[in-house]
Amino acid sequence: MTAQLVIFLVLAAIAVAGAVSVILQREPIHSAISLIAVMIALAGLFLLLGSEFIAAVQIIVYAGAIMVLFVFVIMLLNAGTEERTNMSRMARYAGVPLAIFFLIELAYQIGAATLSMTPQPTGEGVTHGLSMLLFQNFVFPFELTSILILIAILGALVLAQRSEGVPAKRGQE
Amino acid sequence: MPISYYLALSAVLFGLGVIGFVFKRNIITIFMSIELMLNAVNLAFIAFARALGQLQGQIFVFFVIVVAAAEAAVGLAIVIVIARNRQSLNVERINLLKL
Repeated sequence: MTAQLVIFLVLAAIAVAGAVSVILQREPIHSAISLIAVMIALAGLFLLLGSEFIAAVQIIVYAGAIMVLFVFVIMLLNAGTEERTNMSRMARYAGVPLAIFFLIELAYQIGAATLSMTPQPTGEGVTHGLSMLLFQNFVFPFELTSILILIAILGALVLAQRSEGVPAKRGQE
Repeated sequence: MPISYYLALSAVLFGLGVIGFVFKRNIITIFMSIELMLNAVNLAFIAFARALGQLQGQIFVFFVIVVAAAEAAVGLAIVIVIARNRQSLNVERINLLKL
């Protein structure tokens, strides 16, 4: 058992436990914190796979920016405990085992089908190669994403602003 | 160690994201399940990029992260509007289009 495998198993256990916790927690804020744990574990896995830049972006953008946005909205809306669903008997006795079976089967089949793939040795300067690729071959999509971000900012502003002079809100009466 | 371990983990995380998407009732948690699925796909991209010895997979992850950021911003704005109009985050109460 190599050190790499041990690190992988620890990070994978954290990721899966966090993902299960996202589903099982009743409070949205607990789900959000579990998801942050998943993202940090995934960043560690990215490091293990030799992509340092993506690992850093994962921490900064996902765990740092997107999840802060989530936590901010949860606190803004004062989201309380999720109501318990009265899960039907069929969902409990057929749906949950089927879902778990499907999960294990999917993981097993994908793992077995790609068992022959081995990691290629990565050369020096992955980040350098990444930036060359990004700003030469993929420069047009890169510029398009900046337009996408601009549209997203405008959309979020237009959606979330309090509209004035509009007739009383529906669904509140 | 073989790449298939990473791919199996990615499949498990994606499946857990799907389960969360289907079972959860809170609209914010449903959004978090979507983010979980995107993360699982990112792991698969990086694993394949490593297996093939190419960097294009990492470029794709970069774009996925950018699109996820834009999606989260717009999606959470929609959540705020829904919460303001319906006074609830439960997706079963958001049923204006239901017959």
